[in-house]
Amino acid sequence: MRGAVIPSVLLILWEAGSRAGVLPPDSTSRPSDIVRAFAQALADGSLVRDTWLTFEAALFGFAIAALLGILLGAILGLSPRTERAVGPSVEALRPIPAVALIPLALLVFGFGVRMEAAVVAFAALWPVLLMTLSAVRGVEPRLLELSRSLELPFWQQLVKIVLPAAFGRIAVGLRLAVAISLVVAVTVEIVLNPRGLGHSMIAAQQALRSDLMYAQLLWLGFVGWALNKVTQR
Amino acid sequence: MIAARHVGVSFGSRQVLADVSFDVPSGQFLCIIGPSGCGKTTLLRVLAGLIAPTSGEVTADGKAVRGPARSRAIVFQDYTKALLPWRTVAGNVALGLEACRVAEPQKSRRIEELLSKMGLGHCAGQYPAQLSGGMQQRVQIARALGQDPQLLLMDEPFGALDAITRQGLQDEVARIAAEQKTTVVFITHDLEEAIYLGDQVIVLAAAPGTGAGRIAERITVEIPRPRSQLETREDPRFLAYRHRLFGLLKH
Repeated sequence: MRGAVIPSVLLILWEAGSRAGVLPPDSTSRPSDIVRAFAQALADGSLVRDTWLTFEAALFGFAIAALLGILLGAILGLSPRTERAVGPSVEALRPIPAVALIPLALLVFGFGVRMEAAVVAFAALWPVLLMTLSAVRGVEPRLLELSRSLELPFWQQLVKIVLPAAFGRIAVGLRLAVAISLVVAVTVEIVLNPRGLGHSMIAAQQALRSDLMYAQLLWLGFVGWALNKVTQR
Repeated sequence: MIAARHVGVSFGSRQVLADVSFDVPSGQFLCIIGPSGCGKTTLLRVLAGLIAPTSGEVTADGKAVRGPARSRAIVFQDYTKALLPWRTVAGNVALGLEACRVAEPQKSRRIEELLSKMGLGHCAGQYPAQLSGGMQQRVQIARALGQDPQLLLMDEPFGALDAITRQGLQDEVARIAAEQKTTVVFITHDLEEAIYLGDQVIVLAAAPGTGAGRIAERITVEIPRPRSQLETREDPRFLAYRHRLFGLLKH
């Protein structure tokens, strides 16, 4: 309860300051207007639709990153020889900021869900890949010897022994990747992809609808928080 | 039959095993004993095909061992690390059968058979962490038997167990090996266990100077089977073997 005091006081000051004309009206709309804009966006379905579009791209990209990251990470973790060959390339690609790939992704895929998912996948790949790699390296050597002495085919070694044994730490990488996916999806939309929550926010800002922009911002904060809660189970 | 011919293993410049040769005829129970650090476990790994010897070779039925194979099952000492904690007892035993592509309904039947053979029937649905050390080691043995191995490699399997549990499992392993005519190579640091179980006992010791493990002594145990924990251990021949090997294990 005590944690609610500061936000409440700030909200009251904000509303009062806005009504008294102390705060600049263009960048700080009133809390009451924001609530109204939020209710309207919820009622006309635009908020839900935008959220779905953003989620679609984020989840699509996340799925690619998870699949590729786990597979590559497991292969590199199990085979030091492959790791020595591929490792330097990974280290060279990893520092590229994912958003710097937006122009390239646009060139390859054009506007739409695919280009957004591609950028998301690139950003979310690394935490999954690196966590899987180190998790697989940390798998109990006895279990690897066991799977070798059982002559399990590579795929079965992976599914029956290595991935379940490494799952705890792979899950940490996946959780990080979920959070990154949402951030990058919204970023791509704000920068240029004409779809989803990010695009609606930049559109509201350009139409001087700061009330709507705030409403979307708060909603996005809530969505991110909820996503985090869900993945921490 | 499994045979080691002049097996030597070096890790970098450190020699771990030097010129180890022996034969284990089919159905025989070989115990390898030695102080810790004399290369026992390394030797077992070479026999399993998990590491290649630096010199010499291991043959199984006349063919050179080039890698691990299902026909050579391993029972590891540290059962807590060698079982799949996310699988039940039955699931762990099933792993050996899955590797051999045993299909249902034979699979379920074999699992049941193996569990009852190892006295695990009542805990099929439990997870390894819920079991005592002795029971976990039984699970590992049951899994190994599920591979239907020609050779059972056991790396100090009872080293971490209490004396009573250990004796019970010794008798079970001896019984099963006799029943199935499985060849067994059994590593231990317990001299009496080696004599009690083995048809043949090999003593490994570190060579002075290099520290590499080599065969210091080998004996054939001529005590008839089945052996008994009470009488065999009081048998004058048992005591004579013990007397003879005891001095070699002192540091």
